[in-house]
Amino acid sequence: MSWQGKVLRVNLTKGTAEAEPLNMEWAEAYMGERGLGSKYLWENMDPQTDPLGPDNVLIFATGPLTSTMAPTSGRYAVLCKSPLTGAIACSNSGGKFGAELKFAGYDLLLLEGKSDKPVYLNIVDDTVEILPADDIWGTTVWHTEEWIKKTHNDPLIRVASCGEAGENLCRYAAVVNDLHRAAGRSGVGAVMGSKNLKAVSVRGTKGVTAADPAKFMAAVKASHDVMAVNEGRQELTELGTNSMIDMMQEFGGLPTRNFKEVQFEGVDKINTAAMFEVKENGHRNMVTNKACFGCTIACGRIAHIDENHFSIVNKPEYKLASGGLEYETAYAFGPLVGVSDIDALTYAGYMTNEHGYDPISFGGTLAAAMELFEMGVITKEDTDGIDLSFGNPEALTVMSEKTGKGEGFGKILAMGSKLMCEKYGHPELAMHVKGQEFAGYDSRALQGMGLGYATSNRGACHLKHSTFGEDMEDVSGNGKAEPCKTSQDHVAAIDSTGLCLFVGDAGMEISHFVDLLNGAIGSDGSQWSEERMMETGERVWNLERRFNMSAGLTGADDTLPKRLLETPAPSGTGKGKVNELSKMLPEYYKLRGWTEDGQLTNELIDRLGL
Amino acid sequence: MHKSLIIDAEKCTSCLQCEMACSYEHTGAFNPARSRIKVFELEHGKRSIPYTCTQCAEAWCQKACPTNALSRNADTGAVEVANSKCVGCKVCTIACPFGTINFDQNIGKVVKCNLCSGDPKCAEVCPTDAITFGDANWTGLNKMRATAIDTDAGSQASA
Repeated sequence: MSWQGKVLRVNLTKGTAEAEPLNMEWAEAYMGERGLGSKYLWENMDPQTDPLGPDNVLIFATGPLTSTMAPTSGRYAVLCKSPLTGAIACSNSGGKFGAELKFAGYDLLLLEGKSDKPVYLNIVDDTVEILPADDIWGTTVWHTEEWIKKTHNDPLIRVASCGEAGENLCRYAAVVNDLHRAAGRSGVGAVMGSKNLKAVSVRGTKGVTAADPAKFMAAVKASHDVMAVNEGRQELTELGTNSMIDMMQEFGGLPTRNFKEVQFEGVDKINTAAMFEVKENGHRNMVTNKACFGCTIACGRIAHIDENHFSIVNKPEYKLASGGLEYETAYAFGPLVGVSDIDALTYAGYMTNEHGYDPISFGGTLAAAMELFEMGVITKEDTDGIDLSFGNPEALTVMSEKTGKGEGFGKILAMGSKLMCEKYGHPELAMHVKGQEFAGYDSRALQGMGLGYATSNRGACHLKHSTFGEDMEDVSGNGKAEPCKTSQDHVAAIDSTGLCLFVGDAGMEISHFVDLLNGAIGSDGSQWSEERMMETGERVWNLERRFNMSAGLTGADDTLPKRLLETPAPSGTGKGKVNELSKMLPEYYKLRGWTEDGQLTNELIDRLGL
Repeated sequence: MHKSLIIDAEKCTSCLQCEMACSYEHTGAFNPARSRIKVFELEHGKRSIPYTCTQCAEAWCQKACPTNALSRNADTGAVEVANSKCVGCKVCTIACPFGTINFDQNIGKVVKCNLCSGDPKCAEVCPTDAITFGDANWTGLNKMRATAIDTDAGSQASA
C-alpha cells in the first residue's frame, strides 16, 4: 500500500480519461515519482519525439511516501521530454497539489496528445472531466487558480497550471502549483502549454493508508524526532535556503555577471540578513516562513515588496505578500545579473511564479543578454529601450515581466541562453549544459559540482548529486568522480520516494527512508534496504541516461562551457583554477560502467534490468 | 481539570501534519478531507490559521440535536457524537455558529473534534507548537503574557 495502485491516462487528442492499474512490477523496480515516472515515460513515448509536438508525454508522478505523515511528503514530479534540452525533463515540486492528486486515488497522471482547444483537467476522485479553458487561457497562474476555485465553488481544490509563459512556449516555462511552488526546470510548463492544457485541478477525498500502520507510524515518529532537534533543519526553518549565498560568497563560488566573476560586491543587500532587516520606513522584506504539505522544515519564504519601490508604485496588485527569495532566485536575479536591489529581486520572483517560468534559466539568459549588451552586440533598439547593463534593477523587473507575458525582448529571452546566444552569433556566452542554465555554484571553485552539472541527465542542475563536502575540502578534480556517482544514485532514490531532498540536510538518514518505505509499502513486495535503494537509484539514473542517448544525445554533451574550462576563476578559493572535467569525466564513466564515449553497455542494461 | 486545544495561528506554517494526524486517528487513513481540524491558508500563505471545535460550555450543537446523540464527556470536557444515536439530520451543523461540526458522507453521521479522548493527535504532531494542549482555564495565558511584556514599561521587560 501507500501506492494507490492506479494511473490516470488522459488522451487530450481524443478527449478521453481512463484509470488503469499501476504496473506494480515497475513500482518495485523504480519505486515512484522520479524513477517510476521515468519508466512510464520510457515505455510510453519515442525519445526522438518533438518535445513541443503532440507525441510528447507529460507525466505527473507521486511517490509511495507522498501524502503520508512522513515529513515533506508533498513532493511530485513532472516528467516529459524537455524543449530546453531535448533530454529527459524531471522537475519536482512541493506545495499541496501532489498530495491531493494521490488523495484522489492516482499515483500517476499521464497525459498524451494535444487538445484542439484550450482545456483544463478537473479531477474529483473518480470523476475526471476535460473542461474548456477559454476563460483562463492567456491569464496568469494566480488568476487561473482563483478562477477554478470560484467556478467550482470549492476552496479546497488544488491547482497546477502553466501560466502565459507555458502557453507562449517559453523554453523554460514551469508548471506552478499552489501559487508559488513550481516544477520549475527544463520547460515542463511549455510542454503543458503545447498540449493546450492550461491547468490540472484536483480534489481528493480517498486518503492514503500504510500497509503496516504501527511500523510506519514508528518510522514517522523517528523521522519527526530527528528533524525536530537537527541544527541543519533549524537553520533551514529560520533562514531558508538563501543562507547559502553568504557561504558561496565567502568561498568564491557565487557566479556573478554571467560567470565573469565568482564573488559579488552587493551580496549583503540580498542575503538572509537583508531579508530580515527592518528599514527606516519600517518595511521588512521577510514576512513569514511557510511549509509544503507534510513538511516540518518550512524553508519557504513569504515576503513582500516595499510599497514605495519603483517596480510596484503604480501596481497595487503587487502590494501583497507572496513567495519570497530562495537561494537560487536570489542568485539568479542578484549576482548573476549584477543586481543588488532586494525589492527588484522579489518582484522578479513574483513574475516567475505568476507567469510560470524558471527563475534560474531566466537569470542565466538575462545575464547572457546583458553581456551581449555590454559588448554592443545588442542595443536598446533590440531591448525595447531598456538599458540592459549588468546591475540595472529595471532591466530585471521589466524583462521578468516581458518574458512572462511573451512581449517584446521577452520573446527573445524566452528562448533560453543557448538559442539566444546562437541567434546573435555568440554561443560561447551561453552558460549552460545541454541547453539548461546553471544553478548558483561556480564549478571552478566547486570542482565536483562541475562533474555533476556536466553529467546531470536534465542539463545543468545542482539537485541531482551532492559533492559539497568534498568540494569545500579540496579545490581539485581529484577524488570527485566516486562521490558524484554515488550521490547521484542516492539522490535518484530519495527523489523516487516522494519526499523532499532537503530532509537529508535536516537530519534524516537513508535508514529512515528504509523504515518509512517498509512501513508504508509493507511486505507485499520484497523488503526495502539501503542496498536496494542505492541500486534503484542507479537503475533510475541509467534509465534517464538511456532515454537521452535514444533521444540523440551523446557523451559529447557531457561538457561545460569554455568559460569554466578555460578561463580561470578571478578570485576566491578557486582563484586561478578552471574546472578539471577532462580528468574527472573518464573516471566517472568507468565507475558508471559506461563505454569510453559514455554509452551504456549491454551488460549494464541487463544487470539493472532496463 | 479539563484541557483545551490552544491555537496560535502566528506559529502555523500550514504543513497539515495536524490534518493528517486527525484523519489517521479517526479513520485509519491519511486524509485531510476527513480531518476535524482544518488549516486555512490566506493571502498567498501570509497567514495560516488552524481551526476546530472549542468545546462550548453550552454547546449549540448539543442543544439542537433531536436524538440526544451529542453528549459531554465528563473526563475530557469534549462534546462527543454517539454514532449509534446520530441519524445524520445535520441540524447541529446549522446550529453551530462556528462551522466546526460537519456531516461525513462516508459514514452518514456528523463528526467533530472529540479531543481524541483526551490525547489530541494534532497537538502531539504539530512541529511549531501552533497547536498545544493546555489548561482550559488559561487558553489566553500566552497571549496575556505577550501583551504583558509588550506593555510593560520596565527596562527588564524581556522573556
